[in-house]
Amino acid sequence: MIEATNLSKRFGDIEAVRDISFVAHDGAITGILGANGAGKSTTLRMLYGVLTPDSGKASIDGIDIRGETSKARAHLGVLPHAAGLYGNLTARENIHYFGSLHGIGADLVRSRTAELARLLGLDSFIERRAKGLSQGQRIKVALARALIHDPGNIVLDEPTNGLDVMAIRSLREMLLSLKAQGRCVLFSSHVMQEVAALCDRVVIIGHGCVLADATVDSIRQASGAASLEEAFLQVLGDTEGVS
Amino acid sequence: MHALFTVFAKEFVENLRDRRTLLSALLFGPLFGPLLFGLMVSRMLSQSVVEADEPLKLTISGSGNAPGLTHYLEAQGVKLTMAELSENEARAAVRGGTAQVVLIIPEEYGRRFTAATPAPVLLVADSADSQTRKSADRARIILGSYASSIAQLRLEIRGVNPLLTVPVAVNEIDVATPTGRAVVVLGFMTYFVLFAVLMGGLYLAIDSTAGERERGSLEALLSLPVARSSLVGGKILATCAYMCISLGLSLSAFVCVFRFVPLEKLGMSANLGVGTALIFFAICLPFVPLGAALMTFVASFTRSYREAQTYLTAVLLVPTLPIAFASIYSLKTRSSLMFIPSLSQHLLMTSVLKDEAVAARDVWLSALGSIGLALLLMVLTARHWRRETMLG
Repeated sequence: MIEATNLSKRFGDIEAVRDISFVAHDGAITGILGANGAGKSTTLRMLYGVLTPDSGKASIDGIDIRGETSKARAHLGVLPHAAGLYGNLTARENIHYFGSLHGIGADLVRSRTAELARLLGLDSFIERRAKGLSQGQRIKVALARALIHDPGNIVLDEPTNGLDVMAIRSLREMLLSLKAQGRCVLFSSHVMQEVAALCDRVVIIGHGCVLADATVDSIRQASGAASLEEAFLQVLGDTEGVS
Repeated sequence: MHALFTVFAKEFVENLRDRRTLLSALLFGPLFGPLLFGLMVSRMLSQSVVEADEPLKLTISGSGNAPGLTHYLEAQGVKLTMAELSENEARAAVRGGTAQVVLIIPEEYGRRFTAATPAPVLLVADSADSQTRKSADRARIILGSYASSIAQLRLEIRGVNPLLTVPVAVNEIDVATPTGRAVVVLGFMTYFVLFAVLMGGLYLAIDSTAGERERGSLEALLSLPVARSSLVGGKILATCAYMCISLGLSLSAFVCVFRFVPLEKLGMSANLGVGTALIFFAICLPFVPLGAALMTFVASFTRSYREAQTYLTAVLLVPTLPIAFASIYSLKTRSSLMFIPSLSQHLLMTSVLKDEAVAARDVWLSALGSIGLALLLMVLTARHWRRETMLG
């Protein structure tokens, strides 16, 4: 379970995030929807502790990310916006490197890698250098890398960016299987269809504030709009650049 | 500690597979210096050996005006080329390189010589050209000795003791040892050694910082439950490893090159065998963590590979400053200077080359100075990595 409580963050004069609160539950996919620059990445970065909030608190499974950073991170897998791999290492070495940095024993890293390779379909390219992999293959390796320590929670920052239709489809299946395993999945996107198709719950962010936090259906009912698209546009105000 | 070694091992292996890192760490860095150095020194030495043996070449114009002087020059073994040149033609010939040094004897020479008033001759040479400058110096010395022998003859004829004109007799004693003389030539090899150290770690320092940012792997790395100091420590340690390899290769190359440089032709012995190379390695070892920390520190502030490359190329030149300072002020090994990195290594290596006694205390102080500064830079780098701005 991931909890954000009254998170705020300024960069100089710009108030990137203002008093954001929401909860992402286990066994569910929570989507953060917002235009570019709405504050999605800043919010997620505070959740996995690479940015310090000016006020408010973020916790993973009830563990404060600021107070007990390492302990909280052991419960959390992260796929940042830029999920680059080390080109001169093989896919397997990339995954093992992160496993080892998590402090997991070599045997366990090996068996976890084998399991993830099967689950995510990495077997055909796992021994290849990362620089030769396609964008879709890279995102799978990056996801395996984020899951190597078997975290109960996973945060993904715009994971579908730059992926083709097939890769988006297989990523969607992966997220659904993570949910089926009872994990808490939190991901951000500016693509509405993606959020609508996958999420149990949507947090809509605009100008650094939470505009709506509800299930997809209830957002549609509350706005009284017939289609999802219209419902989102009403919540966001037409000016927001959501595609 | 486990995380630190994980980072170290990964950086070491990853860069071992990178052609650019390997070329700079194991080829250009360590071999460039010794090769260039060997070529330069052997050319320089063979030239000065040849010059000392060869007779002086002099183009002489108007030799008929001074048959006595011409005979004297020939008797001194000067190779004379007879020519008839005006002053302007002589200037053009020297400038154009067709003659090295031209001696012009004007018509009035004979008349003034007989009248015992100063008889003029013109010596045309180019002092900006080190070759002809040496020839001009030799010509000047021979002309001077001709003049003083004539002066002594004139005094004797007039019944004056010629020794009266020599009130002071200067005797020079040159205390330069054979190796000491070689050191003048070899002095700047120390920079090549320090250059090899820095070159060895250049690309790893860039790749593990700016490269990490540019390929987008930094944020994932920073969101791991690992202390930032472990990340920085592992990266600096890997840079150190490459620098050590480069240092070892560079010293080995120097040992090889010294076998082929004809130093003994000048009666010099260059004292760089395997034993000295090992001492050099020990002297330079404390400079390794300093170089690695400095490069990682600087590269951590850069946004891209290209930017890091620009700044780190400037860092490559930093060790030249104290060395240049040392040669301008001809500094000698002193304890008070041992705290200055690069200068202390330069002075210690030079002392070893000169066969001078090196105090153990100075070696320790040099190591202490470099390692102290290295630790400070490591702490500053780790502190920078803990900042939010590190994400970029």
